[in-house]
Amino acid sequence: MQRYTKPAMLLHWLMAILIVAAFFLGLTMTAIHGITPTKLKYYSWHKWMGVTVLLLAVIRVLWRKANRPPPPVPGPAWQHKAADAVHYLLYFLIFAVPVVGYLYTYAAGVPVVYLGLWQMPAPFDPNPDWKQPLSELHEILAWAMAVIVSAHVLAALKHHFIDRDDVLKRMLPKF
Amino acid sequence: MKKLVLVSLLGVTLAASAAALKTDPAKSTVSATFKQMNVPVDAKFKKFTANIDYDAAKPDTAKATVEVDTASLDLGEADMNKEVAKKDWFNAAQFPKATFVSSAIKSAGAGKLNVTGKLTIKGKATDVTFPLTVKAEGGHQVFDGALPIKRLAYNIGEGEWKDTSMVADEVTIKFHVVAQ
Repeated sequence: MQRYTKPAMLLHWLMAILIVAAFFLGLTMTAIHGITPTKLKYYSWHKWMGVTVLLLAVIRVLWRKANRPPPPVPGPAWQHKAADAVHYLLYFLIFAVPVVGYLYTYAAGVPVVYLGLWQMPAPFDPNPDWKQPLSELHEILAWAMAVIVSAHVLAALKHHFIDRDDVLKRMLPKF
Repeated sequence: MKKLVLVSLLGVTLAASAAALKTDPAKSTVSATFKQMNVPVDAKFKKFTANIDYDAAKPDTAKATVEVDTASLDLGEADMNKEVAKKDWFNAAQFPKATFVSSAIKSAGAGKLNVTGKLTIKGKATDVTFPLTVKAEGGHQVFDGALPIKRLAYNIGEGEWKDTSMVADEVTIKFHVVAQ
């Protein structure tokens, strides 16, 4: 069995943790009523996570271009097609969700200061008219990602525990 | 007696009008800038009045008063605007106005003034001094000043909001007054 490269695994699992954490942090922080220090802290952390996901996404695509992934595990053609579709959607979403979130906060006139240290560049001047649509798009894309990630996880578990093939093992380091 | 009062009132009005300028509220701004977890925030007071008596020929006789509605600070988010009017912040219900009243204005070179006066926020009055620039622009006098303060000195942000790693203690109040 050919596994993914170590950096590919590291990028995959690091992003998996960050994306799941950012998603639930997003749900938690938006449910807090009014303004509290905790809420402001969560918003900042959420934005830092988003920027990190975006940076890792760039590295990940570059790594994938330079390093071929292992060949597909034998299986029915429809499953390969479905897996491809899910993977393409995931690649799209790991860029789209943080980018739209970024545009949203800049439309609101609140810059991202990454890790409290570096102020990220503003793509445009604040525009209150764009706040609402960008906020909604960010939320819709995040939920779409939750659905796609769930499909991805369920498929991996099904392959591992029911089909007992190498699909999940290829993404796990040799213990 | 009535006549005397009327005459003296008239006299006061005349003396004041010699240099009193009419502020253009649409072009003037009073804002507060600070950092929230190192994120710069620039918020404007939507309601304020600024009265400046200024004669370019006699700058040392100038006077200034600024009064802002504390509940009118616009942070760009309705929830935030509501929060800063609350007890922990401005306590706008009890202290609806923050004021600055000058006690002395001294010329500090061409187009520069040094302003000293009393700043009162949330019932706390302190003496402050800050530089103000003035320039004539299309028949108007444009005043610009920045007054750095520490918010905790005025109890702005009590309880859990005292944490300066969340909202920095340093706040700069900026005046931009266009008057005629």
